[in-house]
Amino acid sequence: MRIDGAAVDAAPRPGQCLRTFLREQGRTGVKKGCDAGDCGACTVLLDGDPVHSCIVPAHRAVGSEVVTVAGLGTPDDPHPAQQAFADAAGFQCGFCTAGMVCTAAALGLPAAEAPEPAELDRLFKGNLCRCTGYRSVRDALAGRRNVETAVAGESFGRPVAAPAALRVVTGREAYTLDEPEPPGMLHVAVLGSPHPHARITRIDVAAARAAPGVHLVLTYRDVPATPYSTGRHQDRNDDPDDTLMLDPVLRFRGQRVAVVVAETLRQARRALRLVDVEYEVLPAVLDPEAARAPGAPLVHGDKDPVLARIADPGRNVVAVVREEYPVPGAVDAALAVSAATVEGEWSTARVNHAALETHGARAWVADDGTLTVRTSSQVPFLVRDELARLLALDPAAVRVVVGRVGGGFGGKQELLVEDVVALAALRTGRAVQWELTREEQFTVVPCRHPMRVRVRAGAGADGVLTALAIDVLSDTGAYGNHAPGVLFHGVHESMAVYRVPAKRVDAEAVYTNNLPSGAFRGYGLGQVIFAIESALDELAARLGLDPVELRRRNVVRPGDPFVVGSLVQDDLDYGSYGLDQCLDLVDEALRRGAAESRDGAAEGGWARGATDGGGRAAPVGWSEGRGVALAMIATVPPRGHYSNARVSADADGGFTVDVGTAEFGNGTTTVHVQLAADALGVPPDRVRVRQSDTGTSGYDTGAYGSAGSVVAGKAVAQAAARLREHLDGGDGVRSAEGSHDGSPRSVAFNVQGFRVAVNRATGEVRVLQSVHAADAGVVINPEQLRGQIEGGVAQALGSALQEQVQLHDGEVMTRAFRHYRVPQLVDVPPTEVLFADTVDTTGPRGAKSMSEAPYNPVAPALANAITDATGVRPHAIPMQKDTLWRLLNGVGRSSA
Amino acid sequence: MDLDVDSVRTARTRADLALAPGERFLAGGTFLYSEPLPPGVTGLVDLLGLGWEPWTIDGGGLRVSATCTVEEVRAGLGALGARSGPYRGLGIAQPCADALLLSFKVAHTATVGGNLSLALPAGAMVSLFAALGASVLVWAPGGGARVESLTSFVTGPGETTLADGEVLREVRVPASALGARTAFRKIALTPLGRSSAVVTGLRAEETARLVLTASVPRPVPLEVAPGDHAALDRALDAVTEWFDDPHGAPDWRAAVTRGLAHEVLEELA
Ligand SMILES: Cc1cc2nc3c(=O)[nH]c(=O)nc-3n(C[C@H](O)[C@H](O)[C@H](O)COP(=O)(O)OP(=O)(O)OC[C@H]3O[C@@H](n4cnc5c(N)ncnc54)[C@H](O)[C@@H]3O)c2cc1C
Ligand code: FES
Ligand code: FES
Repeated sequence: MRIDGAAVDAAPRPGQCLRTFLREQGRTGVKKGCDAGDCGACTVLLDGDPVHSCIVPAHRAVGSEVVTVAGLGTPDDPHPAQQAFADAAGFQCGFCTAGMVCTAAALGLPAAEAPEPAELDRLFKGNLCRCTGYRSVRDALAGRRNVETAVAGESFGRPVAAPAALRVVTGREAYTLDEPEPPGMLHVAVLGSPHPHARITRIDVAAARAAPGVHLVLTYRDVPATPYSTGRHQDRNDDPDDTLMLDPVLRFRGQRVAVVVAETLRQARRALRLVDVEYEVLPAVLDPEAARAPGAPLVHGDKDPVLARIADPGRNVVAVVREEYPVPGAVDAALAVSAATVEGEWSTARVNHAALETHGARAWVADDGTLTVRTSSQVPFLVRDELARLLALDPAAVRVVVGRVGGGFGGKQELLVEDVVALAALRTGRAVQWELTREEQFTVVPCRHPMRVRVRAGAGADGVLTALAIDVLSDTGAYGNHAPGVLFHGVHESMAVYRVPAKRVDAEAVYTNNLPSGAFRGYGLGQVIFAIESALDELAARLGLDPVELRRRNVVRPGDPFVVGSLVQDDLDYGSYGLDQCLDLVDEALRRGAAESRDGAAEGGWARGATDGGGRAAPVGWSEGRGVALAMIATVPPRGHYSNARVSADADGGFTVDVGTAEFGNGTTTVHVQLAADALGVPPDRVRVRQSDTGTSGYDTGAYGSAGSVVAGKAVAQAAARLREHLDGGDGVRSAEGSHDGSPRSVAFNVQGFRVAVNRATGEVRVLQSVHAADAGVVINPEQLRGQIEGGVAQALGSALQEQVQLHDGEVMTRAFRHYRVPQLVDVPPTEVLFADTVDTTGPRGAKSMSEAPYNPVAPALANAITDATGVRPHAIPMQKDTLWRLLNGVGRSSA
Repeated sequence: MDLDVDSVRTARTRADLALAPGERFLAGGTFLYSEPLPPGVTGLVDLLGLGWEPWTIDGGGLRVSATCTVEEVRAGLGALGARSGPYRGLGIAQPCADALLLSFKVAHTATVGGNLSLALPAGAMVSLFAALGASVLVWAPGGGARVESLTSFVTGPGETTLADGEVLREVRVPASALGARTAFRKIALTPLGRSSAVVTGLRAEETARLVLTASVPRPVPLEVAPGDHAALDRALDAVTEWFDDPHGAPDWRAAVTRGLAHEVLEELA
């Protein structure tokens, strides 16, 4: 076989696929998104034909010519397809990019004669991208340029390219498992529980220990008994200590029963089958409402509420909010005299993050004795601290290194694989790797919390709100990682954005024997906002008031206190305010789009290649409607988020930024380069960023709560400004530090609008127009911000229309991308992105964070548009064709 | 993904098709390499070494080898069917190939035989060849062969009449079907998603022959007089088993299948 032009003598093993064979030959530009043919990340050219190398039997490629992304071009001499993805900023995390580039190269794209849009949809249906929402991918395929080269000192506000762009598009950027294997590396395989609730009564691993190649077998008897939470926060007390590395009690299907560490993955898998386990099957509770009813099986009934920080283990309740403002009874009293009231119940499904890079980590003990863990994480410092605690080590003796992360979306704010590889490395003295399969990503990695939200709201005849109450039930599954945080955050800005004299919040997060839930983009807000924004739309209809107008009359304005179920008295403030502008921008755009579609002016439409998001007309016989929803979000997580950065002048005239936050496609590296370059007065290409390594950078809480730009960014800007002073002063100091503590915090706003067409016969929803307005303060990098918003809208469209982790008796049925519908290129309409003009007083140079927020208003805006079109209101997402069809045709159970 | 087997041998002759214990046939591998193998499978026998001609067409009809790829169906047969004329029945070859969720890159290696042997409800090669009234030629282990109609060959989701060691050799389409008018409709939960319901059909002299797939556990052939929509409704009323999986609720599938079937009948009027 010849690979990237070089002859290779090695022979594949029987049954080996081409993907792993290529990676073993060092061609780590070839990625694994699914290992099942579904995602396209592993695309290579086999004798010129593009193939998914994970499903090509390697023995067939013997004697063939294989070209991987790295063989197509180099950063200095990129292939035209690679150049096109760099120029268009056609990636975020970049994990899909190798496959995109190889597919494009095989098709000769970008080409002078572009394929018909429908043909492009077909050709790229096998290339999934979770980050971008595909607009920038379409731009790359069409050869459109979206980035520019910045002038020294003037990169702020310009569409500067990601510093890693050419390395990403040529397959040179090392993701978590892309560095050369440490010598003698062992592999991990894990036996999962076959029951949703059971106790191990006997476990015999003698045969597994004796199996060929096996170095270590771990059961609950062999691991530290320190309880912890997989969810990681700045304050570790935010999450309940309800988890053990290996536990004799199994609380969901797939939970770790035994761990085998062997020389090859196959040996590890084979040894797993030799583990002999007897289970006492316990009654399971799978419904969150049933879970808190008297007599329900208790998931963590054995825990001490204070020590474990569980609100009420005797009722399966892990966290509670119960508050009424200004006094108890205020809401009932107000509703009784309101001109119009609404009451309803909404629910959201389980959603998988589907970051294209699965979780995976390697650990080894370095020569100086430091336990070193290379992992795919948003929070390297938090992982280091908790690992040290679990393994009873000094944090200084643990180093966590994070390379470029292939997508996170909250899913990597957890400690899921690092504990196992770290312990195994300590026990065996060897390097150990655990790479999750895509199936494990679906079956054991935490998902988005499904919620059931009841809303009661009232208004006077003037459309001014009189009362707003929510009752939230959140299913955290078997473990409480992020359960309190998601619950508290979910009810927070969603309620606080409205000025209402009477408010009430009743909210509980409960344990069940389902797959655990965890942090997911938006952190609870999306679920609650879906309900509130739907209810308010209903209220506007009852009052005969335009829904946008209802919102204008009731949203908070600068100076208003933030009220949830009580008055919020902390460091949250109006650093700037652009919600009014966002509402106006979306309202105007929708009116323009409707007018254009009536005039037939926008004949093209996005289906035929137009990408402005405007003006497509509904097909004949379909119902048309429009809908709007809004969202507010705090720009930084509460109660402290810390970052310490250092900027140094290098001997070669360049500068190095050391910063602890991780890059997972959120674009913080670009922002940090821009901030540092401008402060130093140099072009961005003179600044390099060394990040997310606890061994080289100062402490950083991590990349969650959209903190990468505003918290770490401020620390970087400060360090760079201080260095500039030293350099200008000529005092010989070549390095300076900066820090930020994440306070005070501001609020950012998002408004989404849709025009849709609905086919009553099939339940199909077609987006005619999508427009999103954001108040992100001063825009640091318009292309990147647009990408974040488009990606957020696309991910939200997925969960609003087509994605759902389906469970049956606690077992996940949707275990592969072919059954779990991550949006393909064809599924995502373009979204017109508009920015409010504001300057924030707290963020770096007037900017606000914006990476989680765009997700939040999408589902309710879509539901509101569907209601406007059909007169029937969806009360659950996803609004799949089949469920919507049932609703529109009065078939079966309506979810209201 | 990597499969935990000890051997892969390439079959060159029919004699090589005798399976040793633990062996299983490998065609394109697009399904086999996409899931871990069931325990007990220890070896693969690669059918692609047999060098079968992908397809041949003559006065006797069309013969498609099991190892013919989906791409060859789309491009080769699809091109024949694109023109009106003696092969216009193959006009549904391309839309059927496109109805598969798998991308064009996977279609380069996915085979017709693998698709029929897998017998998934969303197996669009079943939709195609069942509409064309095809039969399958099955080689028995140790010599001998049998021919069976495709609609009876597929007995359920993932189930066929293939016995252990039997090889699907080819699909045979009668010459009469090649020149007939055919029609195709599909719906999925997303525009290019895994099929929730597919209706294919062929206009014979006196009747319209429809085949339901994807929405039903096994292909359901329906035969009604051209244009007789009432008869079609009665025939559909008699279908009681609708497939249930993450790609659509059974009652919705029943409803949209009815809509698609009427469109196909209309087109074949
Ligand atoms: C991303 C993706 C999407 C897919 N979407 C679809 C879809 O929408 N619909 C669908 O039906 N399938 C789908 N598949 C499954 C599968 O890839 C196709 O059905 C394909 O046509 C199978 O052909 P193959 O040659 O790759 O089969 P293989 O994987 O080689 O074999 C499949 C099975 O058939 C047996 N087999 C193969 N050939 C013969 C033969 N001649 N005689 C006896 N037994 C044989 C094998 O032993 C094996 O059990 C998809 C797969 C992927 C990766
Ligand atoms: S890794 Fe091969 S298609 Fe996903
Ligand atoms: S950029 Fe496409 S998956 Fe992240």
